[in-house]
Amino acid sequence: MKAVNLLELPVEERKESIYAKGKQKPNLKCDTDSIAGVVSQRACVYCGARVVLNPVTDAVHLVHGPIGCASYTWDIRGALSSGSDLYRFSFSTDLKEQDVIFGGEKKLALAIDELVLKYNPKLVFVYSTCIVGVIGDDLEMVCRVAARKHGIDVIPVQSSGFAGNKSAGYRAACDALLRLIEPKNKKEVKKSKSLNYLGDFNLAGEVWIIKSYLREMDIDMNVAFTGDSSCAALKTAAKASLNIVQCTGSMFYLAGKMEQIYGIPYMNISFLGLEDTAESLRKIAKFFGDPETMCKAEELIEREINANGDIVRGYREKLRGKKAAVYVGGGFKAISLIKQFREIGIDVVMVGTQTGRQEEYDTINDLVDEGTVILDDANPAELEQFIVKKGAHLLVGGVKERPLAYKLGVAFIDHNHDRKHPLSGFVGAVNFAEEVYSTVCSPVWRFTQVPADAPDWLDGNAGKREIIIA
Amino acid sequence: MLDCTPKEIIERSGGVINPAKTCQPIGAMYAALGIHNCLPHSHGSQGCCSYHRMHLTRHFREPVMATTSSFTEGASVFGGVANLKTAIKNVFAIYNPDVMAVHTTCLSETIGDDITTIIKSAEVPEGKLVIHANTPSYQGSHITGFSNMTKGIVSYLAEATLEAKKEQVNIIPGFVNPGDMREIKRIVNLMGMKFIMFPDTSGVLDSPMTGKFAMYPKGGVKVEDLRDTGNSKLTIALGTYASSDAANLLERKCNVPAVTLKTPIGIKATDEFLMTLRQSFIKEVPYQLEEERGQLADIMIDTHYHFHGKKVAIFGDPDIIIGLTEFVLSLGMKPVYVLTGTPGGTIGGPKGMFEKEIKDMLVEAGIEGKVKAAGDLFELHQWIKNEPVDLLIGNTYGKYIARAEDIPFVRVGFPILDRSMHPYLPVVGYRGAMRLLELISNALLERVDRDARDEDFELVM
Ligand code: SF4
Ligand code: SF4
Repeated sequence: MKAVNLLELPVEERKESIYAKGKQKPNLKCDTDSIAGVVSQRACVYCGARVVLNPVTDAVHLVHGPIGCASYTWDIRGALSSGSDLYRFSFSTDLKEQDVIFGGEKKLALAIDELVLKYNPKLVFVYSTCIVGVIGDDLEMVCRVAARKHGIDVIPVQSSGFAGNKSAGYRAACDALLRLIEPKNKKEVKKSKSLNYLGDFNLAGEVWIIKSYLREMDIDMNVAFTGDSSCAALKTAAKASLNIVQCTGSMFYLAGKMEQIYGIPYMNISFLGLEDTAESLRKIAKFFGDPETMCKAEELIEREINANGDIVRGYREKLRGKKAAVYVGGGFKAISLIKQFREIGIDVVMVGTQTGRQEEYDTINDLVDEGTVILDDANPAELEQFIVKKGAHLLVGGVKERPLAYKLGVAFIDHNHDRKHPLSGFVGAVNFAEEVYSTVCSPVWRFTQVPADAPDWLDGNAGKREIIIA
Repeated sequence: MLDCTPKEIIERSGGVINPAKTCQPIGAMYAALGIHNCLPHSHGSQGCCSYHRMHLTRHFREPVMATTSSFTEGASVFGGVANLKTAIKNVFAIYNPDVMAVHTTCLSETIGDDITTIIKSAEVPEGKLVIHANTPSYQGSHITGFSNMTKGIVSYLAEATLEAKKEQVNIIPGFVNPGDMREIKRIVNLMGMKFIMFPDTSGVLDSPMTGKFAMYPKGGVKVEDLRDTGNSKLTIALGTYASSDAANLLERKCNVPAVTLKTPIGIKATDEFLMTLRQSFIKEVPYQLEEERGQLADIMIDTHYHFHGKKVAIFGDPDIIIGLTEFVLSLGMKPVYVLTGTPGGTIGGPKGMFEKEIKDMLVEAGIEGKVKAAGDLFELHQWIKNEPVDLLIGNTYGKYIARAEDIPFVRVGFPILDRSMHPYLPVVGYRGAMRLLELISNALLERVDRDARDEDFELVM
């Protein structure tokens, strides 16, 4: 048995992807391919595309490939809908050996026909998976023919898993969305006092919270990308006069394109934490410029801060001095989390992402304290190592990280698709604090702390967390 | 939810709606985790590996370790030889497992990487092993993948080194939970037998909390035992679909006779399992097991009138639902719909038997029912819409149908993503049958209580 030491990590290539904040800021290597033979927490292009498009509620999401790719993505993202449930079905062409040999175009065309007959949808997304990329089915052609035949939108999503990582999938999804929203006549689109909300997938109803804030400020949320969206609503996207972007990882590309094509400016906002939420609402109000909106925003902010500030401060007292480790998908979420932890008195001692960009890592570096470990595309061994070494009491991550944290005797919160209560907005800030408190301060951790004179069967080492490999 | 499933049944040929199966590699990954100090490796793009780990993590609520060849565009065009070689080097250097178990994915299968050759020419450190299984998902299901990796274990590791066979039995438990594997081991231990069970995920995917993270938890079958399987007197494969291929291979390779039995779910299948052990090894069944059987029979009699004539729909993995069907029949219930997503036979094998096996049971019980292999949950939902049932038994995904049609639902099988504890508590053996009885009767009786009018609401049921 030996404890892993980062400096002894035999994979040279990983060293440039990890550093501890110090006086000199090295250039972190990110947005690269993972190394073969390492346990990576990353997913694929298809996965990226699917998570972005999945919340389009009235679309048929047809996965063109063998069964697994569809099975694993069947309703695993808690994106809520106020209308159709069609997006929660799992559709697959379930490619078989003959299809792989002779091509799957016929089967795909047939599947689309049958689904259109059965559900009468206005929109079908057809996702390509690795195998489709390799056997070379002409998705474009099949979709074009089907679209004409049925008079609906049938949009291919070029998401073959091997062609990059999750970020490439975000782009593929954005490209599909751009095709969908393209108005018949670009010139005729009139701007309205409304905005599009990019990068919120309505997990636990988060879009609805923001929508209600905006409504109070007399601003209309035209459509959210893509939480609780529908084909018809998405098609009106070009008439908004502003795009606000929450999850930049998945959406900055779309925001940029919409600015270029439709002249819609965009701004990054964050609705995570009291402070960021207030700041963001102010920014939005200022954009629309009229004093009444700004006034309403201030009223809203004051009311909400009064209502929620004390609760959050109460938790801060209880949590002061605790340390958190963060490992999430995108860089922007990591940044928001660092700020949000600060709000409740917690220091972030490790930050990593799967798909963070250089600028985001720069911001992270500016935000965190000296000594904080920053890393890209981490693997479990590294996560464990830093959680233990930095003495974190809490890990923020996704599904695969949860049991890892628990085994180390460390609290955990999900900031991914599994969350069951909203973490956005003022109410979300309270939920966040509550969730952190309920896990960090749960009595269950007592059972991992075994006294030194415990009998053998209790395992004398329990509680002294360490990592064992081999 | 999901109430947009139409009642009208239209013939379909263009794909699957709401699958009742998943793909091969996850089964292979699960089987590989049942070897002590083994790291599964997925030869393909990152996405597959990440999904398989995620799905297993959700079901077991345990860390699931596996590495990937991380294919990129280059690999998908020029082949994954270099990726796998690098991976082998890195895996042993970083994670130092005793065994690295490689399985393929659709992608590496399609581009045609020859894993055997790559492994032979790779640098594998002294004393370390690399085994593999081909697991293309455009064939079969996760059950096929489990079967293929178990076969891989036999073909790489089993050896017949002794003249005479040892008084020991190999047991292949099939794609069941660690809790089930523990229960099977407990039973065989009580019988006083020497045995080797493989794969064995107990202790790996239900490992205890010690405040430490172990990359390789204590459980899993040891390599030396796997080698010794070739010296056993008998192999018992529990479940045709997940286990019999490996048992038959062991018979061909090492001359160890193979017997395939049902997964021991319910009283009859458990009896058969014990009888086989007793007859092959001339052992007496100890009183403790007799007592358990007697208790089970007692409970079945105490409660049979709750169950009699109730219509059930069962879906999931073939070996599990064959056992479940037999069990509910023994309670006097009517399994009118039985469906699996896994095809009825393995490729090239003579086992297109799923539908026949269930139908025979139904005919014998005088019940008319619909049985289907390679089906999907959309179809099952349509059947139920057209003619409702009193109870649904299956994995997590059944909850949509249960809600849409408002029927009691018992979760059994893989995956169960929305409840905890299933991996720990067995459904096999007499004790497992008791647990199933509890689950089923609770679901039915709670329903009666819930629906009762005030005047019908009673203390004793
Ligand atoms: S590509 Fe094949 S192996 Fe990978 S997830 Fe899809 S079905 Fe499974
Ligand atoms: S096959 Fe490709 S697209 Fe499907 S899950 Fe695997 S990596 Fe992703």
